[in-house]
Amino acid sequence: MEDRKLILDIQDLSIQYRVEGGTVHAVENLNLALGYGENLGFVGETGAGKTTTALGIMRLVPDPPGRITSGRILFEGADLLRKTEDEMRSIRGGKIAMIFQDPMTSLNPVMTVDKQIAEMVLLHNDVTERQALDRAVEMLELVGIRSERARDYPHQFSGGMKQRVVIAIALACNPILLIADEPTTALDVTIQAQVLELMRELRRKINTSLVMITHDLGIVAEMCDKVAIMYAGRVVEYATTEALYNRPVHPYTEGLFNSIPDIDRDEEELKVIQGLMPDPTNLPSGCPFHPRCPYAVESCSREAPGMVEIEPGHLVACPVRTEHRLNSVGWKGGAGR
Amino acid sequence: MSEQINKQPGQSMHGIGAVFARLRRSPLAMLGLAAVIALVLIAVFADYIAPYGYAAQDLMSAFEPPSANHWFGTDEFGRDLFSRIIYGSRISLQVGFIAVGIAVFAGGFLGAVSGYYGGRLDNLIMRGMDILLSIPSILLAIAIAASLGPGLFNLMIAVGISSTPNYARIVRGSVLSIRNQEFVEAAKAVGSSDLRIILKHIIPNCMAPIIVQSTLGVAIAILTAAGLSFIGLGIQPPVPEWGAMLSGGREYIRDYAYMTIFPGLAIMISILALNFLGDGLRDALDPKLKQ
Amino acid sequence: MTGNTIVEVKNLKKYFHTKKGMLHAVDDVSFTIDKGETLGLVGESGCGKSTLGRVMIRLLEATSGEVRFYGDDILKYSSGRMKDMRKRVQIVFQDPYSSLNPRLSVSDLISEPLLVNRVCGSTAERTGRVLELMDTVGLARRLVNSYPHELDGGRRQRIGIARSLALSPEFIVLDEPVSALDVCIQAQVLNLLNSLQKQFGYTYVFISHNLSVVKHVSDRIAVMYLGKIVEMSDYQSLFKEPLHPYTQALLSAIPIPKVGEKRDRLILEGDVPSPIEPPDGCRFAGRCFYRQEICTRKTPELHEIEPGRFVACHFARNLSRRSS
Repeated sequence: MEDRKLILDIQDLSIQYRVEGGTVHAVENLNLALGYGENLGFVGETGAGKTTTALGIMRLVPDPPGRITSGRILFEGADLLRKTEDEMRSIRGGKIAMIFQDPMTSLNPVMTVDKQIAEMVLLHNDVTERQALDRAVEMLELVGIRSERARDYPHQFSGGMKQRVVIAIALACNPILLIADEPTTALDVTIQAQVLELMRELRRKINTSLVMITHDLGIVAEMCDKVAIMYAGRVVEYATTEALYNRPVHPYTEGLFNSIPDIDRDEEELKVIQGLMPDPTNLPSGCPFHPRCPYAVESCSREAPGMVEIEPGHLVACPVRTEHRLNSVGWKGGAGR
Repeated sequence: MSEQINKQPGQSMHGIGAVFARLRRSPLAMLGLAAVIALVLIAVFADYIAPYGYAAQDLMSAFEPPSANHWFGTDEFGRDLFSRIIYGSRISLQVGFIAVGIAVFAGGFLGAVSGYYGGRLDNLIMRGMDILLSIPSILLAIAIAASLGPGLFNLMIAVGISSTPNYARIVRGSVLSIRNQEFVEAAKAVGSSDLRIILKHIIPNCMAPIIVQSTLGVAIAILTAAGLSFIGLGIQPPVPEWGAMLSGGREYIRDYAYMTIFPGLAIMISILALNFLGDGLRDALDPKLKQ
Repeated sequence: MTGNTIVEVKNLKKYFHTKKGMLHAVDDVSFTIDKGETLGLVGESGCGKSTLGRVMIRLLEATSGEVRFYGDDILKYSSGRMKDMRKRVQIVFQDPYSSLNPRLSVSDLISEPLLVNRVCGSTAERTGRVLELMDTVGLARRLVNSYPHELDGGRRQRIGIARSLALSPEFIVLDEPVSALDVCIQAQVLNLLNSLQKQFGYTYVFISHNLSVVKHVSDRIAVMYLGKIVEMSDYQSLFKEPLHPYTQALLSAIPIPKVGEKRDRLILEGDVPSPIEPPDGCRFAGRCFYRQEICTRKTPELHEIEPGRFVACHFARNLSRRSS
């Protein structure tokens, strides 16, 4: 991990929200690294802190009530948390672009789509309006929208088409990092397939790094090389998609997979994770997952586990399962097969 | 997601307790609440507080400026202004609360029917309300008061009717949004009747905007009543009403300014207090404005 | 149509008047449901599956057609008789946030059906029944005086389920009961629904857009597209060998949470067309990759091409082997 050139390196990031009943530790000591051209899937349930992390990278955490309390976010080696607001403005939408979940609300309803794309281009590049509009049409064609529809308003497009426009806006300034927050959650499954296909195709054409935030492990399997699983504001497991899907180690990851009905098999009952997500203002001591964890031992409630690399590139925050796995597989090679 | 996080800590605060806890955090609202409570107490215990009767004339001491005997001075008949303002609070608060009561009842009924049943009935009622709304409310109140004749009761009716459309609109709006919520459908699915749905499910969920509008409405009603009394269509002498006192003092404003200043202050303080309270309540009742 | 049939839907239609014309939400749908089984109803947004569920229990009035409950058409019932019927047919709603009145406590919510239908005369009896229902759906008794906003989505959905079970119904429409829930909670609720069915022998209609969930819970599955059922069969055949081109595309579009298993994707062109005044012919023709001239001319009927397998496609027989 040391030698690789990183586009994004998040170190010990903590983000908190102050709310009526106390402090929400939305993100807690988060470490994450992303290489150039890599696609990272960011998986977790509602309230796990995925979106907050993304907003943190964009420096868009609403303040108040939110605050980044510690850590560094190195983007191409420079700490984003030390940038001025002016510098951040030129980075947002320029080098880092974000796609939001709901295409219905992230477009301006009273502006034609080509103007919305051109606006972005004008903001970040030194071009004439004519050139920006040309670029807009070019981007629309890239995402599969015919040029004659460039002068249409958002309401004239369907949900899937709107999400294409949103993608066109995000890609208009050639970002080197794209953060997609549940980009297909609001779409129907056949339309989702279209949009994912488009994103895959675009990835081949332009070499942008991608952080894909989702709760759908299926989408990650299709789109991403790496996965980070989040629980209660922390990354609990981080690995290549292949390693994590075939050899999940953390009990939460395992429970997550077991909770999804398997389409290829018949199973009478799903193996569920008992209990509920903890109250974010009052997280359990030690490992936040221990009250729900079938493998928990006494020490889990005392010490917050750190991330341990169990095979190259596969990090897990669970000493119990890590030890178990190392014993059963044998540490000397062979772990990856 | 950030707003979900904000919502998530589900403390066991709800209902009136939670609203009051949030209200307490706004000093202005608490000031307003204290002032309103004080006003009500003054009105209730006027007989014990006021040093003189409200109609007790003492022509020998007419036009006396404020002094230890007469804190706010006396008017042209030598009546003690302090006592008259104390007694006046009764009339003004009565007018304010009862007029708003009429408006909430009439407007609430029309709005609820309009919103729940919709269609042609809705159109009919709401166009009627639009006509009322298109006339400036003070003008409407003047017209109603003029046709019914002056008097406390007519004054309340006039003020009530002129603010009915506002409540009708608010209630209709909230009923419309609540009618389409799934819990109304859920109530139908278990066999609840229309009446039960309106009373148990719809009305309790549209109380918040009505409560808020009412506190602000009381202030407006006091003001309108004062205005009507000021032009002679409201309360008749010698009954003390702040607007009427203001109007009575107008002739002497050059020489005896205190005759208008004190009733004016009384109106201003009550309205300010009610506005503070209303604003505070609006925020306290809206969980989205928690921060 | 055996003696075991509990619900029979015949030529059911539900149209809505809109400014742009007649919206065909449910268009001539017929099927039967056996006692104790789960019929899955899948389709994308706007295909009419939720409308169908509501029309079946008369939360919406049908435009025409029949819904026979033990052979008796409930669409013809007077409102008084329908009120009695409400005890036997119930619904669980999708959104556990908006389907519970925020001003009522858990005990108020669960006792409402009992109160409205005058089941359980005394207060004590009612309280007992509420606690019993809470046990049944796995809600801790200490939550009896909580309010919905204090609870998470999974628990709220359990309240919704308890409400629908309160009157001991026979037939329950589950309208996307787990769509608003996170996967872990979703799994808990699915297990609960499953065990309740085993325990009490309920008949379910399970409406969902999530195919893996539908497959997990259903005995038979009906696929809807633009107000019509395009395919209906037992869940195994449907997933193993989908016959209708739309079903094939739908199945291939599911992202599978596994790596290294590459599936052939059938990416559909374009969007679902508008259900307002749909043209003649197959509703799916505009997006179908096997489209022929006849498809835009003649509406295909839902035919039983093998025992228990219904498909509405002119070329169903020819397509049967093409998928796998």
